[in-house]
Amino acid sequence: MLSKRIIACLDVRSGQVVKGVNFEGLRSAGDPAALARRYNREGIDELVILDITATLEARRALKDTIHAVAQELFIPLAVGGGIHTEADAAAAVEAGADKVSVNTAALTDPSLITKLAQRYGSQAVIVAIDAKKSGDKFAVYARSGKTAADRDAVEWAREAEARGAGEILLTSIDRDGTKSGFDCEMTAAVSRAVSIPVIASGGAGTLDHFVDVFTTGRADAALAASIFHYAETSVRHLKEHLRQQGIPVRL
Amino acid sequence: MIALIDYKAGNLTSVRKAFATLGADLYDPASPRDLDRAKAIVVPGVGHFAATGALDGEWMGSIRAHVTAGRPLLGICLGLQWLFDGSDEAPEFPGLGLLHGTCYRLHGHGGLKVPHVGWNSLSIRRESPIVRGIASGSQVYFTHSFVAPVTDDTVAVTEHGEPFAAIVERGNVAGVQFHPEKSGDVGLQILRNFIDAV
Repeated sequence: MLSKRIIACLDVRSGQVVKGVNFEGLRSAGDPAALARRYNREGIDELVILDITATLEARRALKDTIHAVAQELFIPLAVGGGIHTEADAAAAVEAGADKVSVNTAALTDPSLITKLAQRYGSQAVIVAIDAKKSGDKFAVYARSGKTAADRDAVEWAREAEARGAGEILLTSIDRDGTKSGFDCEMTAAVSRAVSIPVIASGGAGTLDHFVDVFTTGRADAALAASIFHYAETSVRHLKEHLRQQGIPVRL
Repeated sequence: MIALIDYKAGNLTSVRKAFATLGADLYDPASPRDLDRAKAIVVPGVGHFAATGALDGEWMGSIRAHVTAGRPLLGICLGLQWLFDGSDEAPEFPGLGLLHGTCYRLHGHGGLKVPHVGWNSLSIRRESPIVRGIASGSQVYFTHSFVAPVTDDTVAVTEHGEPFAAIVERGNVAGVQFHPEKSGDVGLQILRNFIDAV
């Protein structure tokens, strides 16, 4: 049976892992390669490196970070943040990324999804969607949650799939960094609408939050950052808990 | 020297890295003739079966000759599917036909999602050098929609609403549907087993 994936996210700025609350107020969490090693030992299923500043000089540092992390890992590695063009994607892939994640750039020019899928295959293209509840819809935001994109998350996920996306990384802006639980309602709505995997993100605080997102949230994978970074929960401990709850995991 | 055939079906950085880590000497064959010096051949690839069309009759002839000479061949993901007669995904492109059967799309029985993406377990059906040191139930990383049928050549099956061939082997021809280069220690052990046979 297909396992539910646990993905650790390394929010990276200038070669260091940082983590904010509600996308603001960053504090440092350490060396990305060292963290990647630890997660790999603990049995993480996949890693995401998210470049949260994506300025030009940070981009060069990011290539080194991707390379350093990829050298030691034989599990899937995705890179996102600041991937606006095919050239940005190519740089990430050449540095060792197996998948690239596009967000704002795909909203601005959805044909980028298709171009990347044709070049690297759909399995290498993640469309990241940042959204929050708005009435009975889920409003999509661009530019790290700063700008309303005037799109609904469910409809945008469907379009992304049709354009060649291989996975959806769905982040709840309301829950990000709050440790109050994943937005299961939004995750389930998107997961029902597409046949590609949906990775839930934003709000992981307890072991049972993961149970919830894999059951009522219908997520295929769950992503978290701070809960792992500060060693509040080891990946192994989380997976043992999930298995006890009848959720298939890789242990 | 192991020939890694790059026919532009996906990025091979991870595959190269895994073989390099295991100390294998890889080279990029520039033409079918360049396969003469290969001790073994690896055909990787992800994506649409039509991509295998880049490997024309001349490539296929050289690869078949290599196999006939008793040297090892490993297909990874799309490369495994190409070992078979063909695929429903692109019926106009024949496979190598070294293994019999036609690849088909997973049905998604029971409401399961297709593509099949993530870690799933290997159920080993018979002993084989390619699975030496691998425990049945070990998990590996998949990302695909099409599969090869379970036949006498199947060494391990995986279930996703239905059983399909996860590892195949017939003589010196082997294939894996998953990505050993992204499957942690289990994947590296399988690649090591292949290299040991070279």
